[in-house]
Amino acid sequence: MENDVQKQLTSPSKATRENIRGKALTFIIASLIIVLTVAVIGFIAIKGITTFTKDGVNLWDFLTKSNWNPGSIKDGKPEVGAAPMILGSFLVTLLAAVIATPFSLAIGIYMSEYASKKTNKLLRPVLELFTGVPSVVYGFLGLVIIVPMMRTIFGGTGFGILPGAIVLFVMIFPTITSMVVDALTAVPVSYRQAALALGATQWQSIYKIVLRAATPGILTAVIFGMARAFGEALAVQMVIGNSVLMPTSLVSPTATLTSQLTSQIGNTIMGSIQNDALWSLALVLLIMSLFFNLLVKMIARKRKI
Amino acid sequence: MDAKKVDRIAKRVIQTMVLMIVVLLVLILGYILVTGLSQTKLDFIFKISKAAQAGGGIRDQLFNSLYLLVLALLISVPLSLGAGIYLAEYAPDNWFTRMLKTLIEILSSLPSIVVGLFAYLVLVIKFQIGFSIIAGAMALTFFNLPLLTSNIENAFRNLPDSQREAGLALGLSQWKMIKGILLPRIVPSIITAVILSSGRIFGEAAALIYTSGQSAPILNYANWNPFSPDSPLNIMRPAETLAVHIWKLNSEGLTPDADAISAAASAVLIIVVLLFNISAHYFGEKLEQKLTAKR
Amino acid sequence: MKNSKRHYLWISLITIMTAGLLSACQQNKNSITAVGSTALQPLVEEAAYAYGNKHGVTINVQGGGSGTGLSQVAEGSVAIGDSDLFVEQKQGIPANKLVDHRVAVVGIVPVVNPGVGVKNLSMDQLRAIFAGKITNWKEVGGKNQSVLLIHRGQGSGTRFTFEQDVMGKTSVAPGQEQDSNGSVQKIVKATPGAISYLAFAYANQPGLQKLQIDHVVPTKTNVTTNEWKIWSYEHMYTNKNKHSKLTEQFLQYLQTPAVQQDLIAKLGYISIHDMKVVKDIDGNVTPLKKGLGK
Repeated sequence: MENDVQKQLTSPSKATRENIRGKALTFIIASLIIVLTVAVIGFIAIKGITTFTKDGVNLWDFLTKSNWNPGSIKDGKPEVGAAPMILGSFLVTLLAAVIATPFSLAIGIYMSEYASKKTNKLLRPVLELFTGVPSVVYGFLGLVIIVPMMRTIFGGTGFGILPGAIVLFVMIFPTITSMVVDALTAVPVSYRQAALALGATQWQSIYKIVLRAATPGILTAVIFGMARAFGEALAVQMVIGNSVLMPTSLVSPTATLTSQLTSQIGNTIMGSIQNDALWSLALVLLIMSLFFNLLVKMIARKRKI
Repeated sequence: MDAKKVDRIAKRVIQTMVLMIVVLLVLILGYILVTGLSQTKLDFIFKISKAAQAGGGIRDQLFNSLYLLVLALLISVPLSLGAGIYLAEYAPDNWFTRMLKTLIEILSSLPSIVVGLFAYLVLVIKFQIGFSIIAGAMALTFFNLPLLTSNIENAFRNLPDSQREAGLALGLSQWKMIKGILLPRIVPSIITAVILSSGRIFGEAAALIYTSGQSAPILNYANWNPFSPDSPLNIMRPAETLAVHIWKLNSEGLTPDADAISAAASAVLIIVVLLFNISAHYFGEKLEQKLTAKR
Repeated sequence: MKNSKRHYLWISLITIMTAGLLSACQQNKNSITAVGSTALQPLVEEAAYAYGNKHGVTINVQGGGSGTGLSQVAEGSVAIGDSDLFVEQKQGIPANKLVDHRVAVVGIVPVVNPGVGVKNLSMDQLRAIFAGKITNWKEVGGKNQSVLLIHRGQGSGTRFTFEQDVMGKTSVAPGQEQDSNGSVQKIVKATPGAISYLAFAYANQPGLQKLQIDHVVPTKTNVTTNEWKIWSYEHMYTNKNKHSKLTEQFLQYLQTPAVQQDLIAKLGYISIHDMKVVKDIDGNVTPLKKGLGK
């Protein structure tokens, strides 16, 4: 009898056991995802490093030279200068995010602060619809509409970073906007009420309170938008001119890491220098996206003060 | 300038920007729908595709897209729900957790072809799963997990602490509190995340070429045995989705009417995505109403 | 509602496990996989479908590129590797492990945007254009418009053939690189001054101008006699160490008239049986001796 009571009192209660089980379950799932993530990243890192370890390419040459011709050997070393692609990816993504963010914020603010519930119900599915358009379709639209437009405005061929960024803007815009709307609507109504009660105008409450409170969510949205832009190939490839040249202006043909990678990897033999060099591009992409991610977070931390 | 004037100007600017975007979206939508639906008879939805002759359809591809969506969500939603809950509610806030979150976030910037090749080398070849719809679903999980996990985690974090305190004060365990109180509140966020990732699933081509394949056996819809190779339910069969079909028609299509079919297929794809989004919002709202007291 | 989350988890776990189990019995006798060249894929796919229906077997045909096809067949993970190139023309593949089966011939033709006003070029002019020495169409009798080069991706079979048969030792000037026939079609159609090259089957499109070379018309008959000089074989490689009855039978089926006459003509390839010349790995062409061909 006494023992039973003692047992009951010293052993964990049903609620505790349940909690431990729940915690364990979610922990296992989280670890699984981490294992998957680390597996992919490790796989790419190992494959990407072979170019430098096995094929003897100089890392500095890889990052700064602009001759991309992995098949041909010059002075005993394969020609793998990835600088144009690194610059191309960097500029296209940055530009697309710079164009998309203000528009996403505008729509986000409109939907969370100004618009009626009915308008929202109409606007939202239409916005999200655009994430499902296959990239080939966007690429084709860009080729027949934006490239000729660039050609008439700027002269030259019309292919380049600017049309690439415009196409990407349309592609990443829905992702950013949907997440921004979520971030803004998650800000409690009491914040707005407090601001308005203090005599602030609606814009002051939005600008000074709501946007600040939603900053982490907005930044995550931008990060995911940029990530999508980094990884996009098929559409960009059709409008950027896909040639490994240093960009001389925003409308001169160049290439991105992803477009080179996608257009050539199927044609290369696994384990050959051509193939290794492409995996190195994937590794560079990963590192660049890590850099962007940290940069955005650092800006966020500064703004919080 | 006084605050009221700024307020008016800001509102005007935002309205103008919204208008610009809406016009842009309507133009794109109109272009796809008009060029797509004007060239083909609508019954091509129910015909099988043809590689060499004109007059092919998209019946199996459309089904494959939907089936792949279901499979991919079935794998990725529970996983990301678990991970999202762990990261938001249980994980200690230290550098390790932050690093993990960053790793998951940069995963989504990988070009689809890299993830496709990874899945191909590991799942299709190494584990000998073969070109199959399940391999495609697993490859898509890699894209979905980051977005879903991070959306769910943020949604949990955005809930006010008073909700948690109320739950715990009632004597609920933390797990019960999460399941019974917090989870129902974030249903709308989960729906948004699901819709965004479903768009990616519908529109993805490059990752699927190496995993679920770019050709499909012709399906027999009367065969419901999930182990038979021509059964639509078989998860081990290769399955070309609608987006892959559009990509194929555009890149190496020998079909005489490739342009017309790909335009029409794009239009159909858009309509399917729209229907999916609207119904997801609808059922999400219903579910939220059922789980919370919200009216 | 109570345990639904856990149910979902179980369902997906079970799905994954069944997948693993099923995969073990996937390697059965009634199914083979062919992977590789996207240019050859339509032909193999149609043939595989016809053959599979007749004999109740599954021949799974996927693209992925010649490089992928050759890599995988050399490792023995697929039965057939489709390629636009001789295996010896790719670095890093043990050529002695593979057996070559030539199934068709593809002719390649230079195409330009119709606005350039040129319909015929000499081989030297064509070479000079792709080498970047001629940069304006008026130098070859066309309009005053600058030349825009569009290459296929490095390592593509079409590009290799074009450079072997047209450029010889001259290297090409940098230009756009597109990885599919479809993108080349679209970009040449939409861009003034553009020039590229396509397989015959993809070049018959409104808005594309096919070029004659030295006044030779790009026709199938001219390819069979090598009067039209830019062409290549389509190969299907098998692994010497992996024999499969079904693979052999399917490769035999590809040589029957049903494929070589009807299907190949329908899809715009050239039958291997019609060729009156042979081309070796280095691009040297010799007349075919009678009786050697099947």
